Amino acid sequence: MKKELPLLITAIFGSFMVIDYFVPHPAVSAVGETLQQWAIIVISFSYVLGVANIARINGEKISKRSRDWPFALPLLAGLAFMLGVGIFGGIGQGTLFNDFYIYAYTPMSGTMFSLLAFFIASAAFRSFRVRTVEAALLAAAAIIVMLGRVPVGAEIWDKIPAISDWINNVPQMAAKRAILIGAALGAISTGLKVILGLERNYLGGE
Amino acid sequence: MRSTKSILVLAGFLLLLACGHVLTARAEDPGPASAAGASGPAAASVSASPSASDSSGSAAVLSGVLVSADSAGAEATPAEGAVRWFDPKRANIAIVVAVFFMLVLVFIRQAGKGASFFIRKIAGLDAIEEAIGRATEMGKPVLYVPGIDDVNNIQTIYSMVILGNVAKLVARYETPLIVPVCRAFVVPLAEETVKQGYLDAGHPEAYNPNNIRYLSDEQFAFTAGVDGIMLRERPAANLYLGSFFAESLVLAETGFSTGAIQIAGTANIHQLPFFVVACDYTLIGEEFFAATAYLSKEAKLVGTLKGSDWMKILLIAALVIGAVLETFGVTAFTRWLIVQ
Repeated sequence: MKKELPLLITAIFGSFMVIDYFVPHPAVSAVGETLQQWAIIVISFSYVLGVANIARINGEKISKRSRDWPFALPLLAGLAFMLGVGIFGGIGQGTLFNDFYIYAYTPMSGTMFSLLAFFIASAAFRSFRVRTVEAALLAAAAIIVMLGRVPVGAEIWDKIPAISDWINNVPQMAAKRAILIGAALGAISTGLKVILGLERNYLGGE
Repeated sequence: MRSTKSILVLAGFLLLLACGHVLTARAEDPGPASAAGASGPAAASVSASPSASDSSGSAAVLSGVLVSADSAGAEATPAEGAVRWFDPKRANIAIVVAVFFMLVLVFIRQAGKGASFFIRKIAGLDAIEEAIGRATEMGKPVLYVPGIDDVNNIQTIYSMVILGNVAKLVARYETPLIVPVCRAFVVPLAEETVKQGYLDAGHPEAYNPNNIRYLSDEQFAFTAGVDGIMLRERPAANLYLGSFFAESLVLAETGFSTGAIQIAGTANIHQLPFFVVACDYTLIGEEFFAATAYLSKEAKLVGTLKGSDWMKILLIAALVIGAVLETFGVTAFTRWLIVQ
């Protein structure tokens, strides 16, 4: 019963959301919207579980003086601080919560994102090493596309931007769409397997 | 004999859908104004379409259906009192999805009757056990990142399914499994999945709930957290299976710098080049969704892969037919396939 009931709920609501896409009747849309609101409410409750998970794992780490336990201190302090200022001071513009988010979190997040530039350079360096015929083709295509995107490309040879566009719009697009079609079919068949109850590992224990 | 029967069932189903579509379109036809073709977008569509003058063949039938559907969609709105139970503009998607569902169900049924299907080797999936074995030999943990999306993304749900299989293998080898989670809602799912994996492997005592770690809902806070785990705990195998975005290369390059064997899989095609470059194995698009069928070899699951393969054959046929028809100026088929 612990598995049958969730499977039944999945089948009913999964099928309903598929039907909702094809049926424009207001009665069906209203139920669909209500179900989506239920999902938002359920998801918002899950943050309690998330906070409990962080508190338990890092609290244990500190109390047992486990490896790297000092890192858990600022984490828990930051969590408690932001929770406190958010609950008691609000989260709108001009509040302490918002200031910390904009002036502390956003720059840190931007820093992490900017690392991507360096990682792209290191990854490109490795992948463009010409060791095989395929790697040579990849490197040649990449050089043409890069040159086609900058003014110097057209200065070298005025056909380079056109060749670059052709690589992007024909072979690249064809391969991308083939992968996309395969992935979409995989996603639909997985949805069907979940609705039919063939895939049930995600439901956990018996 | 069995395949002939399946084709007949499929053909019957298609015919039924086509009839239903035509009837729906006719039932919602607002009347003589559009039937006479005197005014409105339907009339413009008829005169502009080269296939409208071609009165023979399926292209003309499809064109007729399309035009009826357009006129119904344009003129019969719920505001006028005609509450519809089917959106004719989405008939093309409904038919494709129905055919696909039929194919999958037919092959699941065949698998249930004992038919065996061939499944090609997928190096990335074979490498999962090898990666876990390597981590065991080195005495280091395995890191499993189930993407950064919520459970409303099918990739996250499927990642949980693969996580169950990985947990079983890890439990058998008695190797620690670390699962950092980006969405609070995924935490209980991951906990239950891993716990069940350890239970199935006969090692429930080895399950450590502290290894299912919720880090943050924020994309780059989560990325920083996972990078920290990689650099501090040095997992020997990193598995990135799920829905990833801009953080994919940051994670994969950090993992590469630690010397871990890395296996990635996602259906987010824009992230695939990053994973291909930085990981040892990458499951590309549909290979990701084939994981449980491949790992479990369960006949019914393999049957669903066969259904996908047949659907791809049908889509390729549709592409070829569409290209040929477009070449000869018949646009009805391609216009019918356009998603509105």
